Amino acid sequence: MDMPVPDQAVLSARDRIIARLRGVLGDGVISDPAETRAYECDALTAYRCAPLAVVLPRSTTEVAAVLRLCSQMGVKVVPRGSGTSLAGGAFPTSDCVVLGVSRMNAVIETDYDNRFIRVQTGRTNLAVTGAVEADGWFYAPDPSSQLACAIAGNIAMNSGGAHCLKYGVTTNNLLGVTLVLMSGEVVEIGGPYSDAPGLDLLGVICGSEGQLGVVTEATLRILPKPEGARPVLMGFSSNEVAGACVADIIRAGILPVAIEFMDRPCIRACEDFAHAGYPDCEALLIVEVEGSDPEIDAQLARIKEIALRHDPVAYRESGSEEESRKIWLGRKSAFGAMGQIADYMCLDGTIPVSELPHVLRRIAEMSAAVGLSVANVFHAGDGNMHPLILYNANKPGDLEICEALGADILKLCVEVGGCLTGEHGVGVEKRDLMHVQFNAADLEAQLRVKDVFDPGWLLNPAKVFPLDVTANRRAG
Amino acid sequence: MRPSDEAELSEMVRAARGALAVRGGGTRGVAFGDGEVVETSGLSGIRLYEPGALTLVAGAGTSVAEVAAVLAGERQRLAFEVPDLRGVLGREGVSTLGGVVAVNACGPRRVQVGACRDHLLGVRFVDGMGNVVKSGGRVMKNVTGLDLVKLFAGSHGTLGVITEVAFKLQAVPEAEVTLQSARPLAEGLALLRKALGSPFEVSGAAYGSFGVLLRIEGMGASVRYRAGALKALLGGDWAEGDGKLWAMVRDGGGLGKGALWRVSCKPTAAEAVVSALAEVDHEATFDWGGGLIWIAVRGFADGGAARIRGALAGVGHATLMRGSGAAVFHPEAPGVAALSAALRAKFDPTGILNAGIFERGLASAGHAISTLSNPGKSGQGSGG
Repeated sequence: MDMPVPDQAVLSARDRIIARLRGVLGDGVISDPAETRAYECDALTAYRCAPLAVVLPRSTTEVAAVLRLCSQMGVKVVPRGSGTSLAGGAFPTSDCVVLGVSRMNAVIETDYDNRFIRVQTGRTNLAVTGAVEADGWFYAPDPSSQLACAIAGNIAMNSGGAHCLKYGVTTNNLLGVTLVLMSGEVVEIGGPYSDAPGLDLLGVICGSEGQLGVVTEATLRILPKPEGARPVLMGFSSNEVAGACVADIIRAGILPVAIEFMDRPCIRACEDFAHAGYPDCEALLIVEVEGSDPEIDAQLARIKEIALRHDPVAYRESGSEEESRKIWLGRKSAFGAMGQIADYMCLDGTIPVSELPHVLRRIAEMSAAVGLSVANVFHAGDGNMHPLILYNANKPGDLEICEALGADILKLCVEVGGCLTGEHGVGVEKRDLMHVQFNAADLEAQLRVKDVFDPGWLLNPAKVFPLDVTANRRAG
Repeated sequence: MRPSDEAELSEMVRAARGALAVRGGGTRGVAFGDGEVVETSGLSGIRLYEPGALTLVAGAGTSVAEVAAVLAGERQRLAFEVPDLRGVLGREGVSTLGGVVAVNACGPRRVQVGACRDHLLGVRFVDGMGNVVKSGGRVMKNVTGLDLVKLFAGSHGTLGVITEVAFKLQAVPEAEVTLQSARPLAEGLALLRKALGSPFEVSGAAYGSFGVLLRIEGMGASVRYRAGALKALLGGDWAEGDGKLWAMVRDGGGLGKGALWRVSCKPTAAEAVVSALAEVDHEATFDWGGGLIWIAVRGFADGGAARIRGALAGVGHATLMRGSGAAVFHPEAPGVAALSAALRAKFDPTGILNAGIFERGLASAGHAISTLSNPGKSGQGSGG
């Protein structure tokens, strides 16, 4: 992967830049190379580069001061939530300042009557629910990394999760933000009411991967907790049959909160790792429904009727909290289980649900052709796939083969009518594949939005857009 | 002008020497650009419908009625409830999908499923320079690149002419029940908020001359259970209400003469907003648990703008849907207005598409009134 040549003028002004940052933040500046190394990558660990400095502001005012200063000095800024991006969304450059929001994690306001919470964006996803769950409420988006990931990163990547089939992703649960522009200007967008009076700026800020500004506070929709939830596990003799069952459930108008899919390689790995008691079969679905006990019974009866038409080799409805936990155990430990077996690259393409069997068959053929294994675990209800390509980082050339296969799989997703990334974001990882999904005019329209918010092109450099289309702007 | 495809539209925009007024069916727009009218009705037809994937792709000029009929054949629908504003706005014409997107339309179910923007998977458009651009796609989850899809929902034809839209659909639930109860205003609004704070998945929460109105949808047994649980939670007498009332709430609250406002606010602020009109001749219908208020005001030169907008500082915004004497759109804070204006200038550098409607407002509202008094001539709305 290419990154732009570092700005020599900035590198040689390092001491002066750090001194000026200290002037506004005091001890909130990290510049010792031994300490900045902790920020050299996010959860995409294949690429590493320590930043010039790291700043950890405590307030919107301090964020504005840092951005104003960096803007004046022409220093690039990489915003960072908790650093859990799988796409390298917070990957630094050697001439940048990493701006971490981790010290800003307070709850500002909780309002059940109007169903919102306002938080500083360094707060973790799970800690948002944690602030309201004792009163019977929750925050719906639930990315797998929810214990660690920050709301700032959730907004930057428009994060989803297993339960977004019913509740939507971050953009559907975001009411307002405090946005600090690269110039240092602070803008309030949206609020505890629905829909903006003018252009939907909130809609384009959410998912903008730190390209437009730094979000320091957010007003989030909270929801009353359902009375209960219960998963059912079903095994099938082929991926095709499981895929057909998913389509039938959706078409029947039942709205499960989650429909998760695992294929044989994934089932085996999870079983060896977590001993969840999964059946030995080609494909497995976990379907979860919510409501009161009688409502759950009624929904599961309907789902069972549909599943039985597809001759499941296993059908196991949870009868207790413990059984529910076991059904989810394997799925939730899928990535960990894979990590035990090999190094892996996690893809995130989305496809039309109807293309599931075709795409799974093609992935199997493609992986066989290059000699790397692929395990599939994903959100089947919305077609958001997570193929995990297994490789050996210590074997020369293996990472390159893996990356090439990953690119081919994502091209396949686009070819069948889908997209490169459903919830992880483009980051640096998929930046150079953007040409596959967008033509020059499509990309130019996006660049023009960036021009408005960050005319100097200093925020989160070399992410999202292919380097060739941004060259002139970055040089300017 | 009535382009028959995207390429022809692109040529027309490139060749334009003056302003263009973008128009779908002219049934729901509230602000009107000057210049030659560009109609999207030729960009019509369903391009893809996959019931099993709950996905529809159609030309922007496709009529809402045609789409609704096709979806009904598979027991599916657009979940966000498309309002029909022809009655309250005094319009005729055929509502189009592009118009629905251009104004980010939605109805009572917004409290449960969101607005048009939340169901819009992709758009294609021609910008002010004639470039054909796509954003998003037709899949449910997509974070690839900047989300111009949301930016176009509610852009009132100012960023580009929308040519094609892709929607996520919803299966029509097998059962629906409406609960109705006569209560005083403050108690009624408090009950709506309490209902929305319950786990019983309320899909409509309105208050008006009909009293409190709550809707529950889903599988039969589940609907019966939740309706019972909700009645027990809220207390007092409840009758089974007429489900047809939701169409009235959706279509402008069933309000008669005068300036018509659509107010979006923090639900607990709703009572204060109408209190500001206490001694004034007005009517109000509340939706979204108080988060949306339709208000008809009579006897004010500014349509009651000063009072209504004065009560909304920091808690919401008001759009003048019908009437004159005030800006159509709620004034934006300077920082937001600057960003919005800069975005419009990037997509439409010469300012030809529905030019100036966000800044202007006053004159365009007068135009809306003239179409009211002359129903034969439909408005040149950005919406359809």
